[in-house]
Amino acid sequence: MSIDLKTIKHISKLSRISVDDQRAKKLVGDLNSIFDFIEKLNELKTENVKPLTSIAETTLKLRHDEVKSKNIREQIIKNSPQDNEDYFVVPKVIE
Amino acid sequence: MSDITKQSLTELVESIKNKKLSSSEVTKAFIERSEKSKVLNAFITEDFTSALDKAKKFDQKPNLDLKLPGIPMAVKDLFCTKNVKTTAGSKILNNFVPTYESTVTENIWSEGAILLGKLNCDEFAMGSSNETSFFGNVQNPIDKNLVPGGSSGGSASAVAGQLTPITIGTDTGGSIRQPASFTGTVGLKPTYGSCSRYGIVAFASSLDQAGPMAQNVKDCALLQEVISSFDAKDSTSIDFKRSHYSKDLTNNIKGKKIGIPKEYRVDGMPKEIEDLWQKGIEYVRDCGAEIINISLPHTSYALPTYYIVAPAEASSNLARYDGVKYGYRANGENLIDMYEKTRSEGFGAEVQRRIMIGTYVLSSGYYDAYYLKAQKVRRLIKNDFDDAYKKVDAILTPSTPSSAFKIGEKTNDPVSMYLNDIFTVPVNLAGLPGISIPAGHDSKGYPLGLQIIGKAFDEQNILNIAFAMEEKINFKNKITDWWIK
Repeated sequence: MSIDLKTIKHISKLSRISVDDQRAKKLVGDLNSIFDFIEKLNELKTENVKPLTSIAETTLKLRHDEVKSKNIREQIIKNSPQDNEDYFVVPKVIE
Repeated sequence: MSDITKQSLTELVESIKNKKLSSSEVTKAFIERSEKSKVLNAFITEDFTSALDKAKKFDQKPNLDLKLPGIPMAVKDLFCTKNVKTTAGSKILNNFVPTYESTVTENIWSEGAILLGKLNCDEFAMGSSNETSFFGNVQNPIDKNLVPGGSSGGSASAVAGQLTPITIGTDTGGSIRQPASFTGTVGLKPTYGSCSRYGIVAFASSLDQAGPMAQNVKDCALLQEVISSFDAKDSTSIDFKRSHYSKDLTNNIKGKKIGIPKEYRVDGMPKEIEDLWQKGIEYVRDCGAEIINISLPHTSYALPTYYIVAPAEASSNLARYDGVKYGYRANGENLIDMYEKTRSEGFGAEVQRRIMIGTYVLSSGYYDAYYLKAQKVRRLIKNDFDDAYKKVDAILTPSTPSSAFKIGEKTNDPVSMYLNDIFTVPVNLAGLPGISIPAGHDSKGYPLGLQIIGKAFDEQNILNIAFAMEEKINFKNKITDWWIK
């Protein structure tokens, strides 16, 4: 298995992280050495093993769907990079 | 003044309760020492003025029934602290000031402790040397050229350097135990579900746990007692009966069965580590425990499993950093361009690498081959421990395959950096508690640690074993205060 430049560009698109060519080339090397190391798992036969999805194997507790925080709009907006007091502001989406 | 910072947490609590010391005196002493220790770069954010105010207020109306009465302490900068900047060691959160408090820190303040500041760590806790922090690497008080370990490197350095009497870190694959081992301090990773994850900047949610770091086992037990609680705000928090870890601490471990897993004798492990492990075995035997050889056959698959599971979860958790609601934002021509530039400029190289690994193993066509495979192997690793615990009460291993390494030594080779966590990662995958205690020195005088792994929810037992061993080992950290002029 080998990860090429095209795959790196694809993953970078999926991850929403732009990478220039120099960085992409470095990532090809890094990810290939990491995946060489990960390939070790293929030594194991796991057809009949149940995947472990959560270590705390309890059923999730149910709770009432109640509003507990009131009037926290200011707090929520407080850390936004750009806002107009009521909304988060993003670059224009619709032409 | 210098004598104050040399005291353990237990001693400080006693001094304050007996009115030999005031909270203000103690707080001032740690602040003064921290001011002289800036070269260690242990702090990202100092909150000294506010700490002194709080100490003064405590002294005016001291509540001496609390477990941490007026005790100043710094915490890893991964815990959200209300109105105090919380960065997770990342540029992308460099301007983030939480409007709420993490449950674990809330527990600490309600027992009377006072925040000194926020401690340096690897970016989003991804690293084993504190070198991935946006705020620069941290120096190990043992020697200026050494890393303090990671990701809780600032925490380990601050405890070893006596800038804080105790601290809390987080441990996803060894981030409390490995830095504890590298700095000659004690670090406990509790059972998954023991400490609430609410308000902790998430890395890999099925592995992350907060835990105490201290100068000795008793202090560690006391802090664990404070931070461990059931919390409805964390859906994986577990409601079990928690011991009074410090009150119930005993060095009587007679008849306990301690397992020695043969698979932890890895190729290329330095003889010093092997010798230390042997010595550890002798110590527990001297305490009346019984040694039993065991096998954890899937040990060598733990790291490859971890490097699928942890990045996969990280890539999902870190999707929230998009420059919209909080954190750093780069300018972009359109929304997508803004996302991509924000994440490219805001995340460091290691975090980007892990997000990409995670995205890849979860992407269409690769999910079964990697992510599902890793989840299955994770089951096998957990089964190994379940089988072992039919025969033994706890497991003794080295904490790390080497002592602390030099700054810059492993930064260019991610896989060799990852191998540091070979003995700690299986514990996170299986959700078990593990504690690292300082157990000796290598030929260079650098500290080495031993790890005791327990059954789920059996923190008391491993704390007891650690307590008994600590007495036998009688470890003295070789710190010369070289950084204080």
